[in-house]
Amino acid sequence: MADFVITAQAQEKAGSLIVNSLIKAGVKTALLIDSAGNVLANCGHDQQDLDIDAISLAALAAASLAATSQIAKLIGEDDFSLLFHKGKNGNIHFGRVGVELILITIFGDDVSLGLIRCRVAELADSLAQIFEG
Amino acid sequence: MALIDLSKKEVHCKVVYYGPGRCGKTTNLLYIHKAMDEKDRGKMLTIDTKGDRTLFFDLLPLNLGKISGFDIRIQLYTVPGQVMYEATRSLVLKGCDGLVYVADPLKVRQERNIEGLEDLRRNLEKNNLDLNKMPVVLQYNKRDLCDTPVPTLTIAELENDLNSQLNTSYYEAIATTGVGVFETLTEITKKTVRYVAEKHLLTSID
Repeated sequence: MADFVITAQAQEKAGSLIVNSLIKAGVKTALLIDSAGNVLANCGHDQQDLDIDAISLAALAAASLAATSQIAKLIGEDDFSLLFHKGKNGNIHFGRVGVELILITIFGDDVSLGLIRCRVAELADSLAQIFEG
Repeated sequence: MALIDLSKKEVHCKVVYYGPGRCGKTTNLLYIHKAMDEKDRGKMLTIDTKGDRTLFFDLLPLNLGKISGFDIRIQLYTVPGQVMYEATRSLVLKGCDGLVYVADPLKVRQERNIEGLEDLRRNLEKNNLDLNKMPVVLQYNKRDLCDTPVPTLTIAELENDLNSQLNTSYYEAIATTGVGVFETLTEITKKTVRYVAEKHLLTSID
């Protein structure tokens, strides 16, 4: 696992892709993290009722996906590429981006899961290209 | 795996406290959390079981000021020490940049200390990391037990068991009262930041 060096250009490009594809579609927050739990990009969450501790969320999400990956192996799968949790008012979707990155999307019931899955799948290739080459 | 953010001028490093169950890894983090100013630390995240044993990990993010214009941010993690949680330990080690190995001084735990270090070496290898090439500091915790009738290991015995190959710096500590906690943290931070900087920043800044 190599270290990540993020340039201002890469961050700006990734941020603008995420905002155009997810935040403008109604997503509250989108976080791009690596599998060690570092935050690479943090977009959205301008709603006052959503104060997110991004560092804790990133660490837990990375751990959760790593645990899920081990569960996949136990049942003979290579990996599960996404993880979704539904809450009363908010939902969270975790999608793999390339080999080492994870895109976390937090959204309300006004946005459909199908749209999120489509947009995250579309974004995954572009984001992986920016950070992993 | 360090993260170097050139746009925000931040360096993020991951330091993992490793060691056998009940050696005091979480106690180290709790003391640091209690002693540090709120502006220099984030929220402490703990996932433990009812018996206070760490189930997944603890996390404490710290801001350590600037070096060469870069904000240094360290994330301290602990692992669950119990033998059966090996898979979890391996997950937490992913992308770590520095290690503190906390050893228990009780004579009855001598084997556990040695096994723990072997377990660390093995789990690092699973993550393509090499213990001999990484920043690592040893902490001989619970030194207050040496003044009690409980049979304990001497520093020479601990050095022989754990440090003969690593040949790294060690600190005597009493994590419950903070003795040696910040000395350990300072040393591992220095080593880790130097390790990451030598790999990336010295060339990037130039």
